[in-house]
Amino acid sequence: MAATVETSGIAPVGRRALRAFLRNPTAIVGSLFLAFVAMLSLMAPWLYPEDPLSMVARPFLWPGQNPAFPLGTDSLGRDVTAGLVWGGRISLAVGLAATCLGVSFGIVVGSTAGYFGGRIDNLLVRLIEIFQTLPSFLLLVVLVAIAQPTIETVTFAIAIVTWPTVARLVRAEFRTLRERDFVTAARALGFGHIRIVMLEILPNALPPIIVTASVLVATAILMESALSFLGLSDPNLVSWGSMIGSSRELLRSAWYLSAIPGIAIVCTVLSINLIGDALNDALNPRSPGIE
Amino acid sequence: MLKVVRRTLLQAVPTVLAILILNFALLKLAPGDAADVMAAESGAATEETMAMLRRQFGLDLPVLHQFLAYVGQIASFSLGFSPRYNLPVADLIGQRLPVTLLLMVSALTIALVIGIALGTAMALNVSRWPDRILSVVSLVFYSVPGFWIGLMLIVMFSVKFGWLPSGGSESIGAGLTGVDAVIDRLRHLILPASSLALFFIAIYARLMRAAILEVTAQDFVRTARAKGISEASVVLRHILRNALLPVTTLAGMHLGGILGGAVVVETVFSWPGLGRLAFESVLRRDFNVLLGVLLLSSLLVIIANMIVDLVQAWLDPRIELR
Repeated sequence: MAATVETSGIAPVGRRALRAFLRNPTAIVGSLFLAFVAMLSLMAPWLYPEDPLSMVARPFLWPGQNPAFPLGTDSLGRDVTAGLVWGGRISLAVGLAATCLGVSFGIVVGSTAGYFGGRIDNLLVRLIEIFQTLPSFLLLVVLVAIAQPTIETVTFAIAIVTWPTVARLVRAEFRTLRERDFVTAARALGFGHIRIVMLEILPNALPPIIVTASVLVATAILMESALSFLGLSDPNLVSWGSMIGSSRELLRSAWYLSAIPGIAIVCTVLSINLIGDALNDALNPRSPGIE
Repeated sequence: MLKVVRRTLLQAVPTVLAILILNFALLKLAPGDAADVMAAESGAATEETMAMLRRQFGLDLPVLHQFLAYVGQIASFSLGFSPRYNLPVADLIGQRLPVTLLLMVSALTIALVIGIALGTAMALNVSRWPDRILSVVSLVFYSVPGFWIGLMLIVMFSVKFGWLPSGGSESIGAGLTGVDAVIDRLRHLILPASSLALFFIAIYARLMRAAILEVTAQDFVRTARAKGISEASVVLRHILRNALLPVTTLAGMHLGGILGGAVVVETVFSWPGLGRLAFESVLRRDFNVLLGVLLLSSLLVIIANMIVDLVQAWLDPRIELR
């Protein structure tokens, strides 16, 4: 495969993978739902121009009681539907941004370690090991608590705890790929390290990275929701986790306030995982799924 | 065996040291110290009281001195003193550790048993409808936040049906003994352990499925079938035994993940364990406690990985103890 990929770029792999992806019914369901959530999030300022934290109706309206507020209102009379739509923005933004950051950093560290090997590899592997020994969610809680919870710090902190996964994967890919003939050929042609890493090896290592990245978006959304459930999120922004956290005390009387945002999290994360699964089947036909 | 344990321990030393430095540096970056928090909580404090508090906790020393003092303490198996709880950190953690370990081990056991069963069922029906349905089910498990399923279980089993308690690790003041006390503990354990296990059930199920599929394709399985061994025996003795290897490897790796999950689940169920202690000490800026919890949980992960190495060598004699 490496030879054909090397001569003609990644297009054939991409097209075959796309066809395999589109044949997968669960992938279609996941993509459609994710597109729906993304659209609602993008249109939030037009759909619900008012601040989702403002009081708009009688508190404790149950879902369906008042057609103007289809999912009800919370203890302070805030519209649950508006909260969901605005919260989706936060979840998706944090999930995507944290994954981009984490994956980029993971690629830089992993490719450096895997490509050069030797002492620098030893050092970086040690670093990865340290991060993997620390319980990641505990570290995340500490980081966010120290840096004060804002959307930026939450994003950075999630990236900090997720990059080692990517780095390990990229390192392993690079270690096998750097021994391949096409890399030797590129070296013989006198290409520089940067060019070999970026244009020769990285494109061939992309499929597993893409799959991992999709799973990481889901993980990042789960982490963000758990943090904001614990109260470690920007207090001026609504997020799905904070909606659940703030209505937790009312579990006995108004359980719908905890249930609805949770369903939103589960469906969104599930749709991303379905996509990730299908991507895995399409891009790495022989390898197993999530670790 | 002993040599292996010693070598792994020696290898762990630089990791532990790096973790110590990292934690300490992070916590030094935090705004406000324990004296600030105590002053804020008491409502008023003069400069003199603050200075006295800081001196008492050693917060007025240079950072390097504080760090060296901390490492010195660790070396003598003391984790320092928690100003907030007015207790030595080691005692505090000692109180909380057993219940957390109980929760983690229960969750891990549930996850392994159900995950391995699900994964086996999936792999033996690969590409047929039981496999497809279970694959989606395991993805759903993988997508559910632990805290949310915990809350929903409380709504269902505590609020609606009233079958199980909604929090705590035992009935306080009930004065139960013997079998009753054990049953009471178990009743408190079911919901939190299940919430914590759900995510890992999904992981082990998928891992087991992949492992079985890989093993099934190997020559020795074909040989076993060709010898005319019964299918049950092939599955149990040839396939499952080999497929368990990757699952046990990751079971150790996930200990840190389970501990992280315990922070959230313990908060939901008011479980008086290490996770909630960590969360409370973050909110209270009780650095000694937080450092202790982080260090101890990292040590737990290192020890777990060591145990995994040994278990693996026992499962597969071909793996040499490194």
